[in-house]
Amino acid sequence: MDKILLAHGSGGRLSHDLIRDLFLPHFAAPALAKLDDAAVVEPLATTLVLPDSHRLAFTTDGYVVKPLFFHGGDIGRLAVCGTVNDLAMVGATPFYLSAGFVIEEGLGLGILRQVVASMKDSAQEAGVEIVAGDTKVVERGGADELFISTAGLGIVPQGVDISGSNARPGDLVILSGAIGDHGIAVLSEREGLAFKAELTSDVAPLNHLVASMLKASSQLHVLRDPTRGGLATSLNEIALQSGVGIRIEEGKVPVHDAVRAACEMLGYDPLYVANEGKLVAIVAPDEGERILEAMRADPHGGEAAIIGEVIADPKSKVLLRTGIGGTRIVDMLAGEMLPRIC
Amino acid sequence: MRYLDEFRDPVLAAALVENIHRRSTRPIRLMEFCGTHTVSIFKHGIRQLLPPTIEMLSGPGCPVCVTANADLDWAIAVAREPEVILTTFGDMLRVPGSRSSLEKAKAEGAKVRVVYSTLDALQIARDNPDRPVVFLGIGFETTAPTIAASVLQAEAEGVSNYYILSMHKLTPPATKAILDSGESHLDGIIGPGHVTTVIGSQSWEFLPRDYGLSCVIAGFEPLDILQGIYTLVDGIEAAQPEVTNVYSRSVRPEGNETALEYMYRVFEVCAADWRGMGEVPASGLKLRERYHQFDARERFAVDPGPSVEPPGCLCGDVIRGAKTPPECSLYGKVCTPHHPVGPCMVSSEGTCGAYYLYAGEQDSVRHNLRS
Repeated sequence: MDKILLAHGSGGRLSHDLIRDLFLPHFAAPALAKLDDAAVVEPLATTLVLPDSHRLAFTTDGYVVKPLFFHGGDIGRLAVCGTVNDLAMVGATPFYLSAGFVIEEGLGLGILRQVVASMKDSAQEAGVEIVAGDTKVVERGGADELFISTAGLGIVPQGVDISGSNARPGDLVILSGAIGDHGIAVLSEREGLAFKAELTSDVAPLNHLVASMLKASSQLHVLRDPTRGGLATSLNEIALQSGVGIRIEEGKVPVHDAVRAACEMLGYDPLYVANEGKLVAIVAPDEGERILEAMRADPHGGEAAIIGEVIADPKSKVLLRTGIGGTRIVDMLAGEMLPRIC
Repeated sequence: MRYLDEFRDPVLAAALVENIHRRSTRPIRLMEFCGTHTVSIFKHGIRQLLPPTIEMLSGPGCPVCVTANADLDWAIAVAREPEVILTTFGDMLRVPGSRSSLEKAKAEGAKVRVVYSTLDALQIARDNPDRPVVFLGIGFETTAPTIAASVLQAEAEGVSNYYILSMHKLTPPATKAILDSGESHLDGIIGPGHVTTVIGSQSWEFLPRDYGLSCVIAGFEPLDILQGIYTLVDGIEAAQPEVTNVYSRSVRPEGNETALEYMYRVFEVCAADWRGMGEVPASGLKLRERYHQFDARERFAVDPGPSVEPPGCLCGDVIRGAKTPPECSLYGKVCTPHHPVGPCMVSSEGTCGAYYLYAGEQDSVRHNLRS
């Protein structure tokens, strides 16, 4: 038994064996191990001993990436971190995840085992439990190797109000580190580009970073993780949601040399390249330095920098002051980024 | 990072901008031929740094944009042929032809693969010996030599299922056509840096000689472009038209002789259809008779139907520098990068796309950028 067969998804003996032998050794939460139809978990309030006025945050996301494994991560780590980060971006402390697997017939069990082990490690790193799961097997060609969808539940502590619509003129824009690492790492793996050794995906859970930021200041207005569409798209979304303008300085946005080089060669703009372990924060101006300091003390915020500010006009636009002193608009990404002719 | 940071130095940029302001006394119109220049000018916000005396126009140097609809329709029809794998540079994917685009054809089941190099296309041909693999040869003198090299490689290896759909275009004849039309009243031209790396700066000597125009060959970083603009302003103010090469780290007077030798071994000059300019004599490249077995036009007998231009689209005028994008009634309203009508809005090097993405669709925003 070294490959996934259609029978693994039949609900019969092979399905049970797969869950017992492959998933449970890694996903050991008691609520999952009971193998009931739904996980019965402790109410989050008693887990945390929070005041009654807390709120729940609930999110879901699907993960498809080719190749499944890339320098710095894999689809399993993405599936855990992506959902943990979505919860963290509203200031929630994530607790429970569910994971659904759509597996293409013929996938190596060794591959699945590696992905599941990576999910376990990432969940541990984030401090969340995977308490519910599902597997489906589709015929060869019905899916591309493996799709994972995860949902996550977390608590938003009292007093925390973080939303894309909270940016106000005068606020500072802070970026947690260099952009473009994930997108270029996956691209170079997929296309076999020569410089891949230098490129590592940044995929990481950001909930601990957010916790330190919240501890440093309550004046976090907006948090966003610039995944698909990159920093440019996240900033545009915030500008639209809040009805403000945002101006950033090109020279202050950190980009690693390997990513810059790859982007120059391929005609990509790092502002539009995906990240999986970065966040952009919009914070009250007088709290900027304090929050920045807290971020830099976290392993995922070492290269954090203030990159710009929120302005009143032009509304719903993102402006960039270029290195040579010009100003231009940064629009949302239209379609997919494509390599150019010359 | 080397070769980037030194050409984006803010102090040197400020000094060049000041020199341009000091030297420029009378209104002039400059055209950057090349789409990569257009994008760089917008991306670095160079236009707003220039004095009001200098008007910058964008030229026909976006290979995607100048491809005629009839040619595009042909490519889409070939992609739909059974068994064919059509390989292309990414820019072409979303460009609308008369009735469809390669992207739509792909969604409908045509095998269209984006490649980074002709060698990738050749590899696909080796990997699929029982299927015809067609490379869509779009581009100027920059890309043509690499495509020629892939043909020579395919011949040497005996790869018999590799075909080129050549729609290559030559830049000096297009520049002549624009000047001969008398529409754009130019005072100077920023010549294409990468094209000129291949064809050599002496290929532009006809500009001062026949048209009395200054031409500068510039690189693509902000300092390259500012230096180029200063050089043009200086030459125009002094009334001494000449070709100046400020991209000497890449461009030589005679060009890249090896690349040219490859290009002309495989291709010969022919007339070509340009969007916005129609047929321009001796402005394209077709495969020589000796390499006809690689010619997709001989291998496939497709009928893409009559070509149709999108009504109201001014891409043709924008390509010639006769109109600017905001003068088009579709621009920013019906035609955006999200819903492009014409190729100049789709391509990463298209003038309309550059205007829209970097300068905004609204006058108020453009005004804001200047202040």
